[in-house]
Amino acid sequence: MDERFNITVRGCDLYYGDLHALKNINIDIEEHAVTALIGPSGCGKSTFIRMLNRMNDLVDDCRITGEIKIGEQDIYAKGTDVTMLRKNVGMVFQKPNPFPMSVYDNVAFAPRTFGIRRKRELDGIVEHSLRRAGLWDEARDRLRKNALDLSGGQQQRLCIARALAADPKILLMDEPTSALDPISTGIIEELIDELELDYTIVIVTHNMQQAARISHKTAFFLLGEIVEYGRTEDIFTNPKDKRTENYITGRFG
Amino acid sequence: MSIRVRYEKELRGVFDNLVLMCRYIEVAIEKSIKALTDLDYELAREVCEEDQLIDKMERDIEQSCLKILVMEHPLASDFREVSAALKMITDLERIGDQAHDIAEITTKLGEDGGSKLVNIPRMAAIVVQMVKDGVQAYINRDLVLARSLEKTDDKVDDLFRVIRSDLTALIRRDPDSAERAIMLMMVAKYLERIGDHAINIGEWVEYAITGSHPKKE
Ligand SMILES: Nc1ncnc2c1ncn2[C@@H]1O[C@H](COP(=O)(O)OP(=O)(O)OP(=O)(O)O)[C@@H](O)[C@H]1O
Ligand SMILES: [Mg+2]
Repeated sequence: MDERFNITVRGCDLYYGDLHALKNINIDIEEHAVTALIGPSGCGKSTFIRMLNRMNDLVDDCRITGEIKIGEQDIYAKGTDVTMLRKNVGMVFQKPNPFPMSVYDNVAFAPRTFGIRRKRELDGIVEHSLRRAGLWDEARDRLRKNALDLSGGQQQRLCIARALAADPKILLMDEPTSALDPISTGIIEELIDELELDYTIVIVTHNMQQAARISHKTAFFLLGEIVEYGRTEDIFTNPKDKRTENYITGRFG
Repeated sequence: MSIRVRYEKELRGVFDNLVLMCRYIEVAIEKSIKALTDLDYELAREVCEEDQLIDKMERDIEQSCLKILVMEHPLASDFREVSAALKMITDLERIGDQAHDIAEITTKLGEDGGSKLVNIPRMAAIVVQMVKDGVQAYINRDLVLARSLEKTDDKVDDLFRVIRSDLTALIRRDPDSAERAIMLMMVAKYLERIGDHAINIGEWVEYAITGSHPKKE
């Protein structure tokens, strides 16, 4: 299979009613690489990544213009299979959102949706996914317990496991470690490092050191625009735009 | 205290110590040359002892910089500023060593020592100014001053060549003064090296300000 999973965004604008939330976005996101999105609260980072798997379709008065391609496929073209799109483009949200069901059922949810029924196979996927998300040791004895009884950080790792279980090609992560302790954060960062080889990963983070540690490229968002996009090393040692410099050195507002 | 305010306070601490270290170094070079021309062994020994002070300043500033890197995680121009300071102190410390080496030579110089020296003190005055300029350029983020060091160093190199040919001539004329001439040649070489270290400092200042190191280009 030589399907490509790079993301190409051309001239995209997004409106929530009258609010012009994303303005003329142009970006090429590479596959087999981690791209970090940084920028102040409310600048449109979450909006941007939700646009990449059409999560904004669920928002009533949301309007999008421009072109977004994954590989060669225009994801907003008529006839796009949105379910398939969301399988390929997994997402971990800013706030952990486990389904109100058991830990096991949360992780098995996507594989079941895509037709996997055999228990042995499901067990394997659940364990593998929980291990990768660094939750297995804590969760192996409570797989049948309600996921909502997990701690916040455990819930977040469960959501990561759930996303991995769908076997996506692109992983969108919205501040995946903001609620995690340094050890769990380390596990997730190592996981991202490992996944980078096979996936296209886009991660929103407010932690500059995290962006510097794990990403290959970084995009700085401000007021709905991408101000600067480039190699992470360059952005953090020698940004070209004064606004990027001010933001990452904490000179803002 | 906001993060920014704390960072700037820590960095000011580094600036103050750099200025102080630079001051010690100026004094060390000046004293070592004065000891050489006056054949003042006492003064020469003083320079040797005070070198420890300069070494200690280097370690203190290094500690402060490392602490800032760990605690404040500076980025972009902040990061470059702290890194540049870390690199500069290595050059400053080497300059201190060279002043020390000059003083040590003085202690070994015989009675008919250094009098009548003209070009060596002249060279010393220029390199002292270069070191001062390098540190000032850093403190004031003065790119023009930082870049001027290279040019100033040409004068140092010219003087070095003049001193060399004078000393060669002296050895020819009066073979008995060969040992003294060789000692003085070493002093000139140390001064020339100090000029090179000052250039390095200027290059780190350029990196701190522009993000690119001239040697990398
Ligand atoms: N569903 C929505 N309906 C209307 N407006 C929205 C909606 N979602 C986001 N917005 C608005 O769009 C803008 C961008 O929000 P977004 O959540 O993308 O920001 P963000 O960069 O992710 O911020 P944060 O770092 O705080 O998560 C904000 O002004 C926000 O209020
Ligand atoms: Mg967000």
